[in-house]
Amino acid sequence: MEPAIFVRELTKVYGRGAEAYRALDGVTLEVFPREVTLLMGPSGSGKTTLISIMGCILRATSGQVFVGGREVTSLGESELPRVRLEQIGFIFQGFNLFPTLNAGENVALALDLKGIRGTKALRRAGELLDIVGLADKARSFPADLSGGQKQRVAIARALAGDPRIILADEPTAALDSHSGRTVLDLLRTLAHERGRAVVVVTHDNRALSYADRIVRLEDGRITDGLMEEKVA
Amino acid sequence: MASLALRNLFHDRTRLAVTLTGVVFSIVLIVIQLGLYLGFKKQILTLIDISGADLWVTAAGIPSIDLAVPIKERKRLQILAVEGVAQAQNYIVAFSTLKLPDGRKESIEVVGLDPEVPLGTPRELVAGRLSDLKSPDTIIIDEFYKNKLGVRQLGDVVEINDRRARVVGFTRGLRSFTTAPHAFTWIKNAYDYSPVKEDESVFVLVKAREGVDPAALKARIQTRVSDVDIFLTEEFARKTQDYWLFDTGAGISVLIAAALGFVVGLVVVAQTVYASTMDHVREYGTLKAMGASNGYIIRVIVKQAVASGALGYFLAMAVALPIVRASQSSSALIVVPPEVVGGMFVISILMCVAASLVSVRKVMTIDPAMVFKG
Repeated sequence: MEPAIFVRELTKVYGRGAEAYRALDGVTLEVFPREVTLLMGPSGSGKTTLISIMGCILRATSGQVFVGGREVTSLGESELPRVRLEQIGFIFQGFNLFPTLNAGENVALALDLKGIRGTKALRRAGELLDIVGLADKARSFPADLSGGQKQRVAIARALAGDPRIILADEPTAALDSHSGRTVLDLLRTLAHERGRAVVVVTHDNRALSYADRIVRLEDGRITDGLMEEKVA
Repeated sequence: MASLALRNLFHDRTRLAVTLTGVVFSIVLIVIQLGLYLGFKKQILTLIDISGADLWVTAAGIPSIDLAVPIKERKRLQILAVEGVAQAQNYIVAFSTLKLPDGRKESIEVVGLDPEVPLGTPRELVAGRLSDLKSPDTIIIDEFYKNKLGVRQLGDVVEINDRRARVVGFTRGLRSFTTAPHAFTWIKNAYDYSPVKEDESVFVLVKAREGVDPAALKARIQTRVSDVDIFLTEEFARKTQDYWLFDTGAGISVLIAAALGFVVGLVVVAQTVYASTMDHVREYGTLKAMGASNGYIIRVIVKQAVASGALGYFLAMAVALPIVRASQSSSALIVVPPEVVGGMFVISILMCVAASLVSVRKVMTIDPAMVFKG
């Protein structure tokens, strides 16, 4: 099976000279469709840097990144937004919903980026909210939603562009255990039933039981001499 | 996208109020100052506009219609002898003093003309007849100056240059640029009402024969009549305007005030739009992470600016137009023609879009990686 994301010998160095800090050091990793891959590790281990580079938001110092089989490391700054738009959906720890838009409009905004507008966008947004179990909250504003509901709206938004890859940064960190489980259930469903490649950066041990693969990072390297650990 | 722009704009009502206050203040200031400028221009040309002349013959070197010095009356006869001249009429414009019935004195501008020759005569009277000026000691004034000159109705008598002057007519809309109202009178009376002597005139107004090119006629008169300046009417209008508006600095100062209005609006709107952008910077970072181009986000910000400009414009007009209407009966005439009303909409939008450019620069540099930083 072709990986949705393949990173080879990735290195990321912040700063220069004596101030230089190596956040990633020769990381090689494959992420496959229909799998939930957990990126775990202590703070400062390079998880966020890795997910940022995989999401074409940050450039590596060296190494290669393939998204959907396409080498993106050499693409210009103006081309990367198009890759993100077409291939990747993001879920953030802080939800990052637009407080002035209601749930339906938040989802429709992601469709707007792809040129889908008006009633068609709102109808599709309704369908996506239905997938995450929030069809009845389309007109609710983020301030009126619980943390779990906000994260589910964010998941619906991440799905709006119909991406092959979902990158989630600490999606359960701000949630209670029940909401956290609901969100992880959804992410697993997206991978297993909808064929998405799901990458979750997390400290949350509750997520372990939802993972197909676990990648442990420490000091910018994949640890234990293993590139990845296949969950039985 | 329009929804995001408008929602962000209307979400913070206080900031919107500050933005709109800036736009309204700015637009009102620009409209009033431009209107004053156009009012100046209109009033400066009151006498030239009604002259009906093709050419103005003046003493050499005068700066404007209000600051002319006399020429000899025989110049008119020399001009009449030039081929192509249909009419040449003496015309006096000279400052004098009017004594009100209560003894107060006011400066006026005596305008001496021949009511039977349609050169320099007021065309529309709201009361009285132009031909009544042929009677001795008669004047016509603009109804706007009734109170200032202590006149209530036709037949009222005042004194000009210590001579009796009976009001036999009222004009409308012929307001003077200077503080001295015009007093139209027969040229024979004007010699008594002003310092101009009987063998003098201040101007000679010339009408070309039909089919004669005024510019060619001007050149012919120049070869025949010495020690005078000759202007096409539009040249004389421009010279008079330039003197009052630019040589004296009066026009420049109102134009500077209008420009200042623009700058004030620009700064206020730029500040509020920038503050709003900074408030939403994480959202714009999220949009970028989601794959929005800089162009997409810039359009969101510019749409907010356009909406602020449009809303501010309509509020500003609601404030400015009543002031303009009120000015019609005040000493400071504000003229705002439809093209200025329309043009101000464009200026409002341009001002707000220009003000948003600072924010545009900011969003260009937003790093989408910020969304992963907690």
